[in-house]
Amino acid sequence: MSERLLEVESLQVSFVTDEGTVQAVDEVSFALGSGEVLAIVGESGCGKSVTAMTLMGLTRLPNARCSGSAKLRGEELLTAPERRMREIRGGEIAMIFQDPMSALNPVQRVGDQIVEQIRAHEEIAKGPALARAIAAMDRVGIPRAAERARAFPHEFSGGMRQRVMIAMALSSSPSLLIADEPTTALDVTIQAQILHEIGRLRAETNAGVILVTHDLGVVADIADRIVVMYAGRIVEQGSLDELFYDPQHPYTWGLLGSIARVDRERPPRLPTIAGQPPSLVSPPRGCHFRPRCPHEFARCTEVPPLESRLAEAPEHRDRCWLSPQEKRAKRVVDGQIGLAGGTTVVA
Amino acid sequence: MRRFVVRRLAAAVGVLFVISVLTFLIFQTIPNGDPALRIGGRLATAQEIAQIRHEWGFDRPIYVQYFRTMEKIFNGTVVSYTQGVNVLDQIRHGLPATLSLAVGAGFIWLMLGILFGVITAIKAGRFADRALTVLAFIGVSSPPFFLGALVIYYLGYKAGVVPLGGYVPLGQDPAQWFSHLIAPWLVLSVLFIGIYSRVLRSTLLDTLGEDYVRTARAKGISERRVLARHVLRNSLIPIISLWGLDFAQIIGGGAILTESVFSLHGVGQFAAESIGRLDLPPILVVTMLTAFAVVLLSAVVDILYAVLDPRIRLSG
Amino acid sequence: MAIDSGTKATGTEFSSEIPVELLGESGKLAAGAGPYRLAWRRLRRNRAALAFGGLFLLILLLCLLAPVYAHDIAHTGPDDNHITETVKVGGKVRDVVNAIGLPIGPTWHSRFFLGADSNGRDVAVRLLYGGRNSLEVGTVATLITMVLATIIGVLAGYSRGLVDGLLTRALDVIWAYPVVILGVALGAILAVSGIDLGIVKVRGSSLMVPAVVIGIVYVPYVAKPIRGQVLGLREREFIDAARVQGQSSLRIMFSELLPNVGSTVIVFVPLMLANAVLLEAGLSYLGAGVQPPNPSWGTMISDGISSIPAAIHLVLVPGIMLVLAVLSINVFGDGVRDALDPRAKIRIGR
Repeated sequence: MSERLLEVESLQVSFVTDEGTVQAVDEVSFALGSGEVLAIVGESGCGKSVTAMTLMGLTRLPNARCSGSAKLRGEELLTAPERRMREIRGGEIAMIFQDPMSALNPVQRVGDQIVEQIRAHEEIAKGPALARAIAAMDRVGIPRAAERARAFPHEFSGGMRQRVMIAMALSSSPSLLIADEPTTALDVTIQAQILHEIGRLRAETNAGVILVTHDLGVVADIADRIVVMYAGRIVEQGSLDELFYDPQHPYTWGLLGSIARVDRERPPRLPTIAGQPPSLVSPPRGCHFRPRCPHEFARCTEVPPLESRLAEAPEHRDRCWLSPQEKRAKRVVDGQIGLAGGTTVVA
Repeated sequence: MRRFVVRRLAAAVGVLFVISVLTFLIFQTIPNGDPALRIGGRLATAQEIAQIRHEWGFDRPIYVQYFRTMEKIFNGTVVSYTQGVNVLDQIRHGLPATLSLAVGAGFIWLMLGILFGVITAIKAGRFADRALTVLAFIGVSSPPFFLGALVIYYLGYKAGVVPLGGYVPLGQDPAQWFSHLIAPWLVLSVLFIGIYSRVLRSTLLDTLGEDYVRTARAKGISERRVLARHVLRNSLIPIISLWGLDFAQIIGGGAILTESVFSLHGVGQFAAESIGRLDLPPILVVTMLTAFAVVLLSAVVDILYAVLDPRIRLSG
Repeated sequence: MAIDSGTKATGTEFSSEIPVELLGESGKLAAGAGPYRLAWRRLRRNRAALAFGGLFLLILLLCLLAPVYAHDIAHTGPDDNHITETVKVGGKVRDVVNAIGLPIGPTWHSRFFLGADSNGRDVAVRLLYGGRNSLEVGTVATLITMVLATIIGVLAGYSRGLVDGLLTRALDVIWAYPVVILGVALGAILAVSGIDLGIVKVRGSSLMVPAVVIGIVYVPYVAKPIRGQVLGLREREFIDAARVQGQSSLRIMFSELLPNVGSTVIVFVPLMLANAVLLEAGLSYLGAGVQPPNPSWGTMISDGISSIPAAIHLVLVPGIMLVLAVLSINVFGDGVRDALDPRAKIRIGR
């Protein structure tokens, strides 16, 4: 790993709600280097977005409790004063959101919205700031950028709007870019373009990227390392190859099994994982995935620690009590990796 | 944008024409009876009726009557029957009072509505919210002339803190103008303050949950700027549009009732007094002109809305 | 503000599967309950709405009992003149209207309970009779508005094309007239000429004149939302299904569309009743509504205002009654709206 950019240690985030305390993020630890892409993968509600928002200091609400540590180049983010967080937010850490239609203010010109971002972090006059905004739009591949900067968000297509968001995020040269489901709301062809754009800019600027997504298929081309989260906890983490070719946790198998892949023969039926993620107010005892797991056994009522269980891959960690041999045997369904016993939908 | 403005104004002109025809028809051809009798009212003599019939062309075809009527209105020769005064002169005379009342009240209810709406959205206090709910209900349930009568009696006669009515032109004595209008302003604006605060509050709370507000926060701008530039600014757009329409309606509604009870001698009171004498020409002119005002103001509001919210121009 | 945005952000991620409004009182899923039963359950839990609904019924009952009160308690009629008579209050004999024309205030006794007006008429009796007239005008006007608006709204929304275009333009034109001024114009003319539709003849002084005027003036306010809803409904499958089955347009409008705009219509009824009663008062105040000597709350307030500052009870008595009646309809109506459409954007209460 190159220079340590971000180190997250035992991050916990909970929210006090009317129904009870929601443990949204539980004991999450990971690290990220400059120029690296880390993917956080999981179903909606698993805590991946809350993790991202916490790094931005956007979960500092009266009903939220945070503990643990998140350091950006050694500087603690969780306890940084709000003034400092404002400098970091949009300055050192920039963020791209899921739905580019609703993420841009509908009644302001996109150029002005980028200018607002630039001027929040630098003493710079409006004219030069606008020139920078136009340059940023040009850089992310928006044609006729100078003219388009005067347009309103509804005058852009979905993909172009997401490019605007990326231009905005990059306009103040962040060292960390957090992309929260950046392609979910887009067409498949546009998805690839946007991912390509993020990858190219990562290479050009050497920024670290956290890619939050529910779709393992999206990360295959771009991520260096992957964190799989389930119900607030990390259930498995490792390099792209480790996770794709030697997945250890049954939940990861389920995710891998449900990717529709073009490089294989189309399966007669597309598998899904049965059941729903648990309520985070009263999660199941022990392993959170237990109620949906066909391989559950007595020991699963204890919380499995997140640790490496493979001698040859010390950085590949998971939270499952099964032995590596059992896992290798159980993860093969119909000759491919998948989760046995899951329901299937006709593809 | 220019095309939108032109289209919107063209539509307004069309509606103006239809309104002029409809108003004319209401007054001239409602079944039963002689239009001359209606214009003359209950007190007119047979000789006067004959004169009206000739003057307004009731012995001619209907389109001639229409043009004759419009001509009389626009060259300002409509004469009130029982009083023999020029109707347009009277309206011109009453307009400053009516506009002072409506503009002042509109300003007060918009400003206080925004203020209370923002306060209750930021501090989600039970008490303030309840108080505004009560105020909103009282506002939609009270006739302004009743509130006005109470103010005149308790604050005017009993406490002596406000004048007992009447209007002093702004150019003559600004201080007196203000003190004569403060009570009518409050009476008229109180009808709307509660409702506006509650509408703005719920719009603000909705806007706070919008993704673009999260984006704004993620930019690292100050919370104050997030609230002012993104939350408040976007929430005010529908409020201002609502205000424009209510303001137009108030000129032909609440303002008439309010100025009558406060004897402001505005256009509304002129119309009200004409009704008392069953003197129809002033009512015809006032009805048509207020409807014109509403149509033109709505067009202005629509255009303003399109300026503030560019998404409108597409569908408009 | 922060709290609201916070619960919103987390609320979407962890919201339970079952929308809250589908849960009955016990929190269990109310299986098979129709929308109106669910609405009724929600309304039953809204104590403010029920209390004000009860208040309105009480006012209505009192007004309906006006003849009983006049005959058996006050021993006078609404137009009976007692200007030269005296009344005993607390053992003292007092003039109903004194030498300088000042009427007596509330005696709190059976005769002139709420005082007299300057013509020596019993205010309490006139209040109840006036209430009857105001509420009658309001009710008839609301009926006219709702029937016309529903027909126009459904017809315009269902037929689209030319019919819709004409009806919508017509509504727009009526909409452009401020309600008070249009009411005043129509009311003033019809008060002179009366209404003559061939079969129906109404004298100018009849209560039906302001009722018809108010009823017509409010049609666009109800017809437009109904039209909008029908425009949405007619794209839905069940309308296609009915059309494929060969049902006639009339039948589709009546048996398929009408039931589906029912809740909108119900929501508008109290709102329109409140507005109609208020507009009656406004028109009567301006002399274009209920014609004297017929009492109504509006004409009574109007009379009272001309006697300020001598006899404020002449303003207070009908004014407070009017505000209470309209307020109770509005609060109850808001509860109904809440119950039928819990997600309605703009509400007055709650």
